Amino acid sequence: MTDTAHDPAKIAAKAAPTSGLRRVAIEPLSRVEGHGKVTLLLDENNHVKQARLHIVEFRGFEKFVQGRPYWEIPVMVQRLCGICPVSHHLAACKAMDQVVGVDRLTPSAEKLRRLMHYGQILQSHALHFFYLASPDLLFGFDSDLARRNIVGVAAEYPEIARQGVLLRKYGQEVIRLTAGKRVHGTGAIPGGVNKNLDRAERDYLLADIGQVIARCQDAVAMARRLFEQSPELYNEFGRFRANSLSLIRADGAMDLYHGGLRARDRDGNTLFDHEDYSHYWDHIYEDVKSWSYMKFPFLRQLGPDQGWYRVGPLTRVTQCDFIPTPLADAERREFLAYDAGRAAGATLGTHWARMIELLHSAEAIEGLLHDDDLMGDDLVVKGERRARGVGVLEAPRGTLIHHYRVDENDLVIRANLIVSTTHNNQAMNEAIAAVARKYLDGRELTEGLLNHIEVAIRAFDPCLSCATHALGKMPLKIELLDAEGTEIGRLTRDSGSCC
Amino acid sequence: MNSFTLDGTAIPFAPGQTVLQAALEAGRYIPHLCYHPEFKPHGSCKLCTVQANGRPAAACTLPAQAGLVIVSDSEEINGLRRTLVQMLFAEGNHFCPSCEKSGNCLLQALGYDLGVVTAGFRHFFPDRPVDASHPDIWLDFNRCILCELCVRASCEVDGKCVFALSGRGIDKHLVVNSLSGRLADSAIGLDDKAVSVCPVGAILKKRVGFAVPIGQRRFDIAPISAQALADAPRPAAIGDGA
Repeated sequence: MTDTAHDPAKIAAKAAPTSGLRRVAIEPLSRVEGHGKVTLLLDENNHVKQARLHIVEFRGFEKFVQGRPYWEIPVMVQRLCGICPVSHHLAACKAMDQVVGVDRLTPSAEKLRRLMHYGQILQSHALHFFYLASPDLLFGFDSDLARRNIVGVAAEYPEIARQGVLLRKYGQEVIRLTAGKRVHGTGAIPGGVNKNLDRAERDYLLADIGQVIARCQDAVAMARRLFEQSPELYNEFGRFRANSLSLIRADGAMDLYHGGLRARDRDGNTLFDHEDYSHYWDHIYEDVKSWSYMKFPFLRQLGPDQGWYRVGPLTRVTQCDFIPTPLADAERREFLAYDAGRAAGATLGTHWARMIELLHSAEAIEGLLHDDDLMGDDLVVKGERRARGVGVLEAPRGTLIHHYRVDENDLVIRANLIVSTTHNNQAMNEAIAAVARKYLDGRELTEGLLNHIEVAIRAFDPCLSCATHALGKMPLKIELLDAEGTEIGRLTRDSGSCC
Repeated sequence: MNSFTLDGTAIPFAPGQTVLQAALEAGRYIPHLCYHPEFKPHGSCKLCTVQANGRPAAACTLPAQAGLVIVSDSEEINGLRRTLVQMLFAEGNHFCPSCEKSGNCLLQALGYDLGVVTAGFRHFFPDRPVDASHPDIWLDFNRCILCELCVRASCEVDGKCVFALSGRGIDKHLVVNSLSGRLADSAIGLDDKAVSVCPVGAILKKRVGFAVPIGQRRFDIAPISAQALADAPRPAAIGDGA
């Protein structure tokens, strides 16, 4: 998370000849969660031959949750991440709801979980936009490195920095009151939740929600202004066409907590809709590549080469039929109509879409806080034990899938996690390839130019820590290539059955 | 009444009381872990070590004597206690962040009470199994600290002797008294004292998990020092369970 590696001297030092090509590494990526790097292969005229995002850290959660009791998992897996632990907590708990035979929570339990989830979306989106992305957006992609950070934003735009801090703080308070702690709480348990909100807690949150909604509206307006000020840059930067995937409510509304799967191809044609996610493997498969710890999911209907897709705010805002809160839905319609729909297809349109979701989350929190079910006492449901559970929700960064098998002694024997950043793996590679072609090709590389690559990656708000889990059992293919790139040997290990 | 001094304060005691019992009854906390007011003192964890007339001794087994000069709350002794707690954490696999006993765990609470802020030692990461064979109780050997409270409770209260310690030194471990060695094949029952007495997360009722929210767990409400005093037998009960 530092910019030290962006020292031009350091970049030059990383350049090394490779079969007549020059390799340039951007390492580590800064202002993203987790550890990754980008490699560029350039010829002698600085033409970009290849651009790849590599995930260089490894987590292994899918392996070490095995052998643990199922009720421990929702608390354990949230340690995947310090930014969006609630997403993992709730996705795992949704899976464990199925394991304990519960298909429907009590109204109080579901609303308390939703409240926690909207608090998570609010704080995470605020964190990303104001802390991580705003230095690029406010100062320029190749502006002075010394000020292109949150400290620089606080110095030159103190009100914007303050806005980000206060929005994030409010989201964290929602989490604290529903999960017990701001980070890594325990609120959701299989079949329900372990606490409700008392009147004092509800009134405490209600006191500030009007101000929070107003700040979110300002944030949407700020995102829009970026497009108004530099329409060509914002519309075209890292632009690519992608298939898309998200959850959708039964009536077509955006629903970040629950729904069926909706997928569209890059032309906007529906591939499947309202599909039960408990059999997600009928539609999604995971590919493995030798140069990244992150898997490459694809839509089976389109195959591994054409089936990659994009998840996250841009997909959700453009793919839903409407947003079920009025202010956010009005902003959605403005976004879709802006510049004849160009912003809604732009990689940097993700920032605008993210702020629309920020507003939606605040509105949803307000609606829930006026619901007395939050103070209800009927919090847990029990059912008939099952062997398998799949939990899916829309995390801040996109669709999040948790899938577990539990044995007759209550121990987890298999886990599969497909996190938002993993879904977006190929999409991020497409974005950086587009940026490399447009901005870097044939030019002498500078730190500012290389930061363009990171700006494209940051638009996805990737969480690289969350995205690498499988250990020991993942399908693995090792290819031995000679200097000409010809395959001279191969070892293959299959993953076995998915479920 | 006879008395001894604890950190300079006179502590009265009744015949047959240990230093720890008398101190707790008098409202003075001495850190301890394997001691439980309902069972005979065991003296294995050494957390209650004090200096008695200048020599180290376990307060839970040391008979109170008139004129004894006990030093407990000194930087030197608390430093030794911190080291003992660190060794217990290093020896097992204690992952508080995902342990359902967190907030109700005596080992964790002692760590906080003594100011244990670092691991202190390289973790052993022992390869220990989990016994989830019983339909309602599960046994996580990763968290066992060999305090023998379950051993004592199962024999002395439940009359079943389900648990015992086996092995020597670093290989010492908890075993289950059944032909298969599995909990499911033992005589243990859900309401046994041996199930509820475990101070850490080694023996737990299944499917309870994180039912108690953060803020309402035992040591969220009051620190271990206050709770140990509240749990100490009142004067009339002293001697009944010893």
